[in-house]
Amino acid sequence: MTESLARPVADDPMSRTVYLDHAATTPMLPEVAEAMSARLGSVGNPSSLHASGRSARRVVEESRESLAGSVGARPSEIVFTSGGTESDNLAVKGLFWARRAADSRRRRILASAVEHHAVLDSALWLAEHEAAEVQWLPVDPHGRVRPEVLEAALAEDPDSVALVSVMWANNEVGTVQPVAALAEIAHAHGVPIHSDAVQAFGQLPVDFAASGLDAMTITGHKVGGPLGVGALLVGRTVDLTPVQHGGGQERDVRSGTLDTPAIVGFATAGELAVKRQPERAEGLAALRDDLVARVRDVVPDAVLGGDPDLRPSHRLPGNAHFSFPGCEGDALLLLLDARGIECSTGSACSAGVPQPSHVLLSMGVPEDLARGSLRFSFGHTSTTGDVDAVAATIGAVVERARRAGQNGVRL
Amino acid sequence: MRVLAAMSGGVDSAVAAARAVEAGHEVTGVHLALSSNPRSFRSGARGCCTLEDSRDARRAADVVGIPFYVWDVAQRFRADVVDDFVAEYAAGRTPNPCVRCNEKIKFSGVLDKALALGFDAVCTGHYARIDGGRLRRAVDHGKDQSYVLGVLTAGQLAHAMFPLGDTPKAEVRREAQRRGLAVADKPDSHDVCFIADGDTAGFLRDRIGAAPGPIVDETGATVGRHDGAFAFTVGQRRGLRIGRPAPDGKPRYVLDVSPVTATVTVGPAERLDVVRLTGDRLRWWGPAPRGPIECRAQIRAHGEAVGCEASVQGEQVEVTLRAPVRGVAAGQTVVLYERDTVLGSATITHSD
Repeated sequence: MTESLARPVADDPMSRTVYLDHAATTPMLPEVAEAMSARLGSVGNPSSLHASGRSARRVVEESRESLAGSVGARPSEIVFTSGGTESDNLAVKGLFWARRAADSRRRRILASAVEHHAVLDSALWLAEHEAAEVQWLPVDPHGRVRPEVLEAALAEDPDSVALVSVMWANNEVGTVQPVAALAEIAHAHGVPIHSDAVQAFGQLPVDFAASGLDAMTITGHKVGGPLGVGALLVGRTVDLTPVQHGGGQERDVRSGTLDTPAIVGFATAGELAVKRQPERAEGLAALRDDLVARVRDVVPDAVLGGDPDLRPSHRLPGNAHFSFPGCEGDALLLLLDARGIECSTGSACSAGVPQPSHVLLSMGVPEDLARGSLRFSFGHTSTTGDVDAVAATIGAVVERARRAGQNGVRL
Repeated sequence: MRVLAAMSGGVDSAVAAARAVEAGHEVTGVHLALSSNPRSFRSGARGCCTLEDSRDARRAADVVGIPFYVWDVAQRFRADVVDDFVAEYAAGRTPNPCVRCNEKIKFSGVLDKALALGFDAVCTGHYARIDGGRLRRAVDHGKDQSYVLGVLTAGQLAHAMFPLGDTPKAEVRREAQRRGLAVADKPDSHDVCFIADGDTAGFLRDRIGAAPGPIVDETGATVGRHDGAFAFTVGQRRGLRIGRPAPDGKPRYVLDVSPVTATVTVGPAERLDVVRLTGDRLRWWGPAPRGPIECRAQIRAHGEAVGCEASVQGEQVEVTLRAPVRGVAAGQTVVLYERDTVLGSATITHSD
């Protein structure tokens, strides 16, 4: 064989890493690094009563106000957390416990079948330990929960439902859910609804108040902020039982010393992401559309996962998802990685062992096809050069992965 | 060369990968996940492929400076190694799962996939040498693993790399220390890796089910009862729980296990002596010899090789041992050596 698996050497102009995994995490914006650095050297626990504490508290509250402005919420509705996973846990468990405490009949959790594991596993944990009944809302072949599906599930027995959770946009296939319509239905039955908006925030216009949601998850590192900080937006009248205890710093539902520099960074990133969202979305969509077209050119049997309608009302502008028949996702990833192209199989890992994606399976994608999937996700540092690199490589990579996936060598 | 290094999370495969890098190869590390639901931690020398092992392998790959992935081989491992292990015991044979794993997983499924992906070789931390395309014992005879690799074909060996064959284990540990590999003092693995608690009989009972039957002596007289013939291996002495002593007062050993009739036959040690073996599933390096040849036979991983005469007939080999060996069971692999070079191997079908 002649082509090399080698990573190109560092001084080769073609050696730039092609990072197309922004849905996993995206580079920190320089403005964020600057804002955080300015705060890193300052002492002060925002809960302390002295001048240093007050100074930290002021920074936190200004950040809270800024972030609230960015997401269409009131400052009091923002509960800072350690990130998306904690926010989802707090939303699902906190709503479940609070609602059940108020009325012991409320044991059902209605969640979409394509949720992130942070919601999925929280619901399953409640089923196992708290006698919750989880009902997965089926999705259509594009990965979307149809409003009538939620309506039917609620109408069955609305008094028994503790909460509804449906993500704003899917992390694997980028499908955008009809969140406002779902919220309206939930409220018509008097049931609170949570949405994980981690992927949507910064790519789509996200307005908490306008959405009608009762709780919403966002996180810093997907919008150019730091890792390890996120927020759960909680409507002012929404009751939530705490998950972790000890101080009650955030509205008595979330305990733990607030991370002032990270919160500043998060707010800065949020502000910039929202300000730049319209033009960013347009830019990402242009790159993504180009990638979709060129991958299909080179690999005509590649299957675009998710909604074929690429408009931002239907699909995240930065998301492209393909299944390559006859390939294993891990082989594709290894081959692309060796050529400096970084993407994701998009599916959950346990011990790094790829499992066929529950998202694709619930969309009705056959398991064989689901195994050969790749997610390319664009972000603020993406360029046409990235698309060129994929277009130039994907044909050979798929061909090789196909050879490895056939002839019984599949493991 | 482009080399795929199988990294278990242990010290040997970590040093092997580091040496492959140092030899100028382009190395990628892969941890083979043998279970879809790995346990969190290993306990001592038992078990393997825990999440901790996977993390250890990843850390070693970081230190060595190579890309690292986890490959899920659970399905194939279950079918080709675990199910085979149970089926062999159920049929009254004594399999060696490490042999099967090398033959079917590491140097078949994994190697085939590696070659298809553009790699040239699979590198492991086995103690064995490849010399002129032939498999030889490791310099460290105490750690030599040529026996469990003896089933590999010339074609498989051509794409195998064992960088530790020329080094004593103690030196490998020191080298790991020197290279900053945290696994330098990790205990060696022993026993069957997929039986985490070491209770092989319990493992088999869970899968085969209890099948009580008689324990008989050589005359056919019943001397005890058992819950399942699979719990017994030819040559076993302990755990027979026969109340009455033998008439001659000598200890009794398992001579034969017959799951079909659920019968375990016991008798004196000297009846365990075996001087003739027949094996099938023959692997031979190069063209098989026409007539009988003098060589040495090894019948277990850590046994001594004994002088023998071997004759190959088609897919079978007849081995006449120069000195009797004990505890030979059907299903075991016999590996034939010329001095320290592997000539071939077969799976034992009969012995007497």
